[in-house]
Amino acid sequence: MDSSAVLNELPRLRRYARALVRDRAAADDLVQDTLERAWSRITQWRPGSDLRAWLFGIMHNLRVDQLRRPGLNTLPMGDEGFEVPTRATQSDHLEVNDLEAALARLPEDQRVVLLLVALEEMSYEEIAGLLGIPVGTVMSRLSRGRERLRLILEGRPPSTNLRVVR
Amino acid sequence: MSKLPITEADLHAWVDGQLPESRQAELEAYLAGQPGEAERLNAYRAQRNALRQHFNPVVDETLPARLRQLAEKPPVPVDPQKRPILERWSLQRIAAGLAIALLGGVAGWFGRGQYQAVDRMAQLTPLPRQAAVAHVVYSPDVKRPVEVTADQEDQLVKWLSKRLGTPVSPPKLGAIGYELIGGRLLPGNTGPVAQFMYHDSSGQRLTLYVSTEDTVDRDAGFRFAREGPVNVFYWVDGKFGYALSAGIDKGELARVATTVYDQLEHK
Repeated sequence: MDSSAVLNELPRLRRYARALVRDRAAADDLVQDTLERAWSRITQWRPGSDLRAWLFGIMHNLRVDQLRRPGLNTLPMGDEGFEVPTRATQSDHLEVNDLEAALARLPEDQRVVLLLVALEEMSYEEIAGLLGIPVGTVMSRLSRGRERLRLILEGRPPSTNLRVVR
Repeated sequence: MSKLPITEADLHAWVDGQLPESRQAELEAYLAGQPGEAERLNAYRAQRNALRQHFNPVVDETLPARLRQLAEKPPVPVDPQKRPILERWSLQRIAAGLAIALLGGVAGWFGRGQYQAVDRMAQLTPLPRQAAVAHVVYSPDVKRPVEVTADQEDQLVKWLSKRLGTPVSPPKLGAIGYELIGGRLLPGNTGPVAQFMYHDSSGQRLTLYVSTEDTVDRDAGFRFAREGPVNVFYWVDGKFGYALSAGIDKGELARVATTVYDQLEHK
């Protein structure tokens, strides 16, 4: 594994991380952790094997660890959150935010498969190998994820987490 | 031509261009007779394109310097044991180590009283999580969201103040569109805490959680946390810890939090 090969993969790792975790800084942190772990485990890398798959696998494992960690994701607040808009600006980026917001509402395992298929154009077999799950599971996550995303984007949200209690 | 049944997996493979060439025509013939299915698959294709269009620009962004540097092979060999001992224990490192040890000792001495407290606090549920859970439990309740309703606000204030052992009262948020529904008493980590609930004209509810229990960060600034669908702003002001929770976006919640903070500040 040489530096230029890693550098070549960086933009794609960033794209995937951004789509996966949404928050720009958190996404780059994930990429950074991935690179650090990759170099620390360089002895496990088999020359000639697929570098991209290896790096995506590391990132996937880090992300799984991250989600398992208990506790809230606490973000220090910048000032930008406190600007009181003088007019309604919420709809300015509606379409863009719609897609990101809709994606954020998918369960993580469905989002992962959807993004690896759509953005990385990986084959279903590659994804199964990367995630360590059967191809059938990849297909069912893809199927459920796509349908869920479709309903959300069409404004017909699937069941939400907060149910009304009567 | 093979006449395998067409499965859901085949349909996705078609969307993703992963269907074998030999089955392409078969599938297209199937879709021609199933307009509903064709529409669904077109929506999936549109998703794919939208995702690419939306996230592809990230690929062309300038790489942050810290990431670019990390892509370089680390200057230190991976196996430190193979390096000469003098390099590993450079003077600089020894000096840094000593400085850290010294600072640690000093900090330890000054912080000696803190440890027990921090250790004890670590066992407790943090304020934003308590607040978020309380929000999720009570805010969806249509019939009994609160114990004492806003039309008995005087009694509510008197009761909660008595139970918390210090005057507490709900801020007035009518000016920014939120009316008080009422409040309730809740168990905190070690004693009673209060929850006030508000709603806007659309029925969107938000809750203000007020705790007088020991807090680790005294007079901490605004912090933000997310618990599933619930966003929480929380801060510590004197002996009070406040947490504002709602299923609304961060910007809107920040606006409400600012109003609440200002009111409590100038009380």
